[in-house]
Amino acid sequence: MNKEEIYERLNNVFRDVFDDESIVVTEATNSSDIEDWDSLEHINLIVAVEQEFGMKFNMNEVTTMKNVGDMVNIIISRINN
Amino acid sequence: MLEIFLLNYGIKPNFYESEYNKFYEDAVFGNDELNNFNPDIIYIHTTNRNILDYPTMYDDEKTINDILDSQYNRFKKVWDQLFLKFNATIIQNNFEYPFYRLLGNKDASDIHGKTNFITRLNQKFYEYANNIKNFYINDINYISSCYGLDKWANQFYWHMYKYAMEVPAIPYLSFNLANIIKSIYGKNKKAFVLDLDNTLWGGIVGDDGVENLAIGPEVPSGQVYSEFQNYLKEHKSLGIILNVNSKNEYENAIAGLNHPAGTLKADDFIIIKANWNPKNLNIKDISEELNLGADSFVFVDDNPAERKIVQNYVEGIATPEIDIPENYIKIIDRNGYFEVTNFSAEDLKKSELYKDNAKRSQMMATFDNYEDYLLSLKMKAEISSFKPIYLERISQLSNKSNQFNLTTKRYSLADIENVNNDDNYIKLYGKLEDIFGDNGVITVVIGNIKNIDELHIDLWIMSCRVLKRNMEFAMMDTLVKKAKEKNIKTIYGYYYPTLKNKMVCNFYDMQGFEEMSCDELGNKIYKLDISKEYLNKNNVIEVNE
Repeated sequence: MNKEEIYERLNNVFRDVFDDESIVVTEATNSSDIEDWDSLEHINLIVAVEQEFGMKFNMNEVTTMKNVGDMVNIIISRINN
Repeated sequence: MLEIFLLNYGIKPNFYESEYNKFYEDAVFGNDELNNFNPDIIYIHTTNRNILDYPTMYDDEKTINDILDSQYNRFKKVWDQLFLKFNATIIQNNFEYPFYRLLGNKDASDIHGKTNFITRLNQKFYEYANNIKNFYINDINYISSCYGLDKWANQFYWHMYKYAMEVPAIPYLSFNLANIIKSIYGKNKKAFVLDLDNTLWGGIVGDDGVENLAIGPEVPSGQVYSEFQNYLKEHKSLGIILNVNSKNEYENAIAGLNHPAGTLKADDFIIIKANWNPKNLNIKDISEELNLGADSFVFVDDNPAERKIVQNYVEGIATPEIDIPENYIKIIDRNGYFEVTNFSAEDLKKSELYKDNAKRSQMMATFDNYEDYLLSLKMKAEISSFKPIYLERISQLSNKSNQFNLTTKRYSLADIENVNNDDNYIKLYGKLEDIFGDNGVITVVIGNIKNIDELHIDLWIMSCRVLKRNMEFAMMDTLVKKAKEKNIKTIYGYYYPTLKNKMVCNFYDMQGFEEMSCDELGNKIYKLDISKEYLNKNNVIEVNE
């Protein structure tokens, strides 16, 4: 899976979780860019991303990721192993 | 998540959620918002993280007992205070096992172990549940073990989000909780409708012959079906009735059920439909013969095509997706169809009651005149104001009755206790017995006295197993008598139509009431002036008041 495909699938997950078809995520997207992205929705987002890509984030990863770019890097490193 | 499961059971909830970890404060010190919300059901979602103090290896037995008492009393205080404040039902989680065992295996048996401590604390919760009505345990100890404790207790979710279990486990928790709630509101299933071949035994009785069926202890596949038959038979003690719906020659079906190794016998079933009709039509017949809605049935059939047809044609029926015989019990059990909350002595006899009814129908066929038939039943009724021993049954009846129910108003046990203690109500129950057996408490009328001389009938229900026995007239006679004693001049009756209570849409006309109004939805208001002479309507039942 290349980066582009990951962004495409991730975009769908975001649209689904935040129920907003206009969302387009980029490397720099973070929680201040999406209005509904609060701590509770963050949990739902993480679980939804984990389900989409069949992987799990660890605690360190969740607490240190700053934006969607960080998230995608973790997903790439995980599914390539 | 809970809301979805409740909506699926036809329950529309409104929620009030306490602030995080404020259950103790809200219960003990009160909270205006919660008071205004005035909950019907209070769910206390706690986990072993809410145990504030555990034994250590330094503690002696007495100290550990003190810790146990203080942890228990903290919860008990929450429940007691909530019961004082609210007329509500409380559902409390028990505790799941700890996610690590300091003492290894000894953690379970040694009083210093957390596992041991949690087990003892749970036991004290159960004692409370056994002694206090309207208090139920949500058994997360069991569901966490089914789910897998290591996954359930995934510590990522606790440390990251303070979730008591991993997020994917939440549907299991919610479903388990929804089952308790739907049971409290009388939405349990009531009957099994069972296929035979490859469902109750291995093989096809018509093709293979009785002697070649897999049932009994000799071979593994026979053992599986024996265990399944035992499982079904155990449900009779919960008042769940068993019926057969099978594509078979009737003789072959009976021959299969008489297999010497089978635990279920033809006698254990109320209705046996073994024919070549479409199964959805058989279910319709069974529903009519039992006077039970088909939406209270669980249809068990190994054939996915049959399940699909039944699912499509019979609204509300459960058709568990059973796959291989060794999974039958697990799949049915995990669906929580028959979740027990209030168990009454009536339930133990339910199958007998339905059998007696079958005998009555046979006898009816021998009389030309219906009144002669009713007299021949030598019916005796007990009609009286509520008594404490029947309150549980009365509440159960108010939640279960759908067809003979004028207002479809539901009463929890707590509601019934309130009515019982309030002098502004005339509250009657009726029991009926005849030569074939005792039906127990089968009808309830609750009337509210307003404006000194008016009686408004809030509830009039009757179990469908005593339809057309004139019991409703006997109740009316007693109701009028009691109302006159209280100087009531006018009785008001209400009919609110639902999908199921059409049979009583002209009930008050039949009782001699005058219709005052009927809105576009069919809601009707009636009145009856009893200040003049009232002629008793019942002359076939001997009534003791």
